[in-house]
Amino acid sequence: MKLVEKMRVLAVSAGAVAAVVAVTASGPVQAADKEQFFPALVYRTGAYAPNGVPFANGYIDYLKLVNARDGGINGVKITYEECETGYATDRGVECYERLKGKGPTGATVFQPLSTGITFALTDKAPKDKIPLVTAGYGRADSVDGTVFKWNFPLGGTYWDAADILIQHVGKLEGGLDKLKGKKIALVYHDSPYGKEPIPLLQERSKMHGFELLLLPVTHPGVEQKATWLQIRQQRPDYVFLWGWGVMNSTSIKEAVATGYPRDKMYGVWWSGAEPDVIPAGDGAKGYHALTFLAPAGQGQVHKDMIKYVYDKGQGTGKKEEIGEVLYNRGMVSAMMGVEGVKRAQTRYGKKPLKGEQVRWGLENLALDAAAIKKLGFEGFMDPIQTTCVDHEGSHSAHVETWDGKKWSVTAGPYESDLQIIKPIIRASAAKYAAEKHVTPRDCAKEASM
Amino acid sequence: MLYRENGQFKTTYRQDQQMLPILQDRIFMALLLAFVFVGAPLVFSDYFFLSILIPFLILSLAALGLNLLVGYCGQISIGHAAFMSVGAYAAYNLVLRIPQLNFLVVLVLAGLIAALVGLLFGIPSLRIRGLYLAVATLAAQFFMDWTFARVKWFTNYAPSGSVSTATIDIFGWQVNSPVRKYLFLAAVVTVFAVLAKNLVRSHMGRAWMAMRDMDVAAEVIGIRPVYAKLTAFGVSSFYVGVAGALWGFVHLGSWEPLAFNITLSLNLLFMIIIGGMGSILGSFFGAFFIVALPILLNRAPDWIGIDLSTAMVSHMESMIFGALIVFFLIVEPQGLARLWAIGKEKLRLWPFPH
Repeated sequence: MKLVEKMRVLAVSAGAVAAVVAVTASGPVQAADKEQFFPALVYRTGAYAPNGVPFANGYIDYLKLVNARDGGINGVKITYEECETGYATDRGVECYERLKGKGPTGATVFQPLSTGITFALTDKAPKDKIPLVTAGYGRADSVDGTVFKWNFPLGGTYWDAADILIQHVGKLEGGLDKLKGKKIALVYHDSPYGKEPIPLLQERSKMHGFELLLLPVTHPGVEQKATWLQIRQQRPDYVFLWGWGVMNSTSIKEAVATGYPRDKMYGVWWSGAEPDVIPAGDGAKGYHALTFLAPAGQGQVHKDMIKYVYDKGQGTGKKEEIGEVLYNRGMVSAMMGVEGVKRAQTRYGKKPLKGEQVRWGLENLALDAAAIKKLGFEGFMDPIQTTCVDHEGSHSAHVETWDGKKWSVTAGPYESDLQIIKPIIRASAAKYAAEKHVTPRDCAKEASM
Repeated sequence: MLYRENGQFKTTYRQDQQMLPILQDRIFMALLLAFVFVGAPLVFSDYFFLSILIPFLILSLAALGLNLLVGYCGQISIGHAAFMSVGAYAAYNLVLRIPQLNFLVVLVLAGLIAALVGLLFGIPSLRIRGLYLAVATLAAQFFMDWTFARVKWFTNYAPSGSVSTATIDIFGWQVNSPVRKYLFLAAVVTVFAVLAKNLVRSHMGRAWMAMRDMDVAAEVIGIRPVYAKLTAFGVSSFYVGVAGALWGFVHLGSWEPLAFNITLSLNLLFMIIIGGMGSILGSFFGAFFIVALPILLNRAPDWIGIDLSTAMVSHMESMIFGALIVFFLIVEPQGLARLWAIGKEKLRLWPFPH
């Protein structure tokens, strides 16, 4: 009797296992033919979700819009899949491996929205021949396309950002030479992201003679009492904030608590969105941050978005959130990827393209004011023109200020000083090339081909 | 019926002392190794290698190292990711500064450097024990985090503090594809696992276990605590250091100090608690549980065909994962390795348990 019972249990469990295996084997059916696959590394959970969610929504919504309004990229439908990274490098790499081979031609372009994940993927992308677009983040030295063939920090790097902030405060003081003897504190996220601007600031501090205080904040940045105690003691003339997620609003709250004037605080463009200031309430008034162009608001593309996507009930987020800073930035990022494909189609034909072909498109991107206007992004971004040597395409930014209700542009545009940045880029890229045994490409030779 | 040692007689001491005394176990192990080295490369996809098997193998090695200390010698450490980082940065600097060194030599040297640091942080274990020691090892964690984030020399003055590595080359054999990485790791981990298995059966392992079970009694029967505890710290750190070097070079390729933070230390500890303290096999079970399960849970809704939002899947993953940890600890507090042992016991009696 007992034996029979045991056999039955065994049989049932074997059946259950078989069922699970059968289910797992039959994955989602992939439709081949005219499709271009866009992987989306997002973070909708964890400490960085307040900033990750609007960006992801904007990114996905723009892809939906291209499908709904234009019927895809010149007839090639866009497909996409999200993968949650939680801003963690290891999960980001897992997502990359998961998504890189999907779609008829593989992943088009990866945009991880994390400098840490960018560092990890920088090693992997060349082997898989997939371009990496890091619009406004990632490795600053990857501007150098001769060494970083697959990286595209389109629109701005942290060295540009740091340079522009110094130019701005220099202007406020009445000239860069007036910065001598001043104190500038950098409150930064203690990760590759936050450390990235340091070399440039050190260079500038040597040039102009200001004192640079480096104040790291450990992940996720909710504990900053010690940092702000130092600021209270040292009384820097300006505070640059290089934070992300909850760290930003915490910094502003701590500034209120220590009585540090908010209008002396300048955030990088990742520290200047609604989720950063709204939790700090009225205390955030007067806080500045960088922005690529118009920070928030709506233009032609947003009208299209409402008409083609949200009115049909296809929107990813809430309708009220369209036009927020990070939503817009997600849209712009997606647009850059789509435009890269469009550009590549002019050379390789209007069919699904491989990452390798899209890379060429991104390297020859020419978004002038007219093209931007046509896309409906007028006023939301500066023209971008990439080349084999320069994978960034634009070096300008503005300063925006929070008035308690909305962000508005108050100064700029500024152009970062390439005289200072270029040598650092070249030195850093050369060091990377030596460490990784990468032979830099010869752009002059490729152009003639 | 099949798993029974009836009729297998041992006629020499040598036979009695062999690692796998039962014939069936030897056959099973041979088949397993054949599968690991021959079958797996043919069966699995690149994704499976890169996302599951490679991290699994490296963390198994790290968990094995920690298990030698915690499971066999009874000294709790919650700072072992620090020794991993020592191994990783040591290997990075060795490769950077002495490029002509073979990677296998680098691996051993990195392990030795980690062992030295481990010895240093093991000294407090001579005076304090239990949870107090755990807190003391936490110092290692924060000290190493701080060192590698702040002392620029270790990261070759990289502006972001992130270092990256070149492809590994072993006598002209490039470890560059997922399959090659896997095979390389499988070989290293096999060697280290066999070493560990033998080590815990040697006089050193017996001294550790005596120390774990009751240190005063161990001292009375002539085991020197200084020797037992410090060798455990040294050997454990050596293993973990090698694992750290592999984690950096084979798995991550580029990393920042954050890659070896306290979360990793805790994860290693969870691995051996769930897998089974004082068991070589348990380290592997635990590593698989911690590495692969979250990823499988994350992908399961998609496979089954349930359409959930990305955030929902992520939340579900954490909830189910947490629930499973609690479940396994209630069902078998001694870990998955114990379940395995019970299964083997039952199999010997099956199908006639009485």
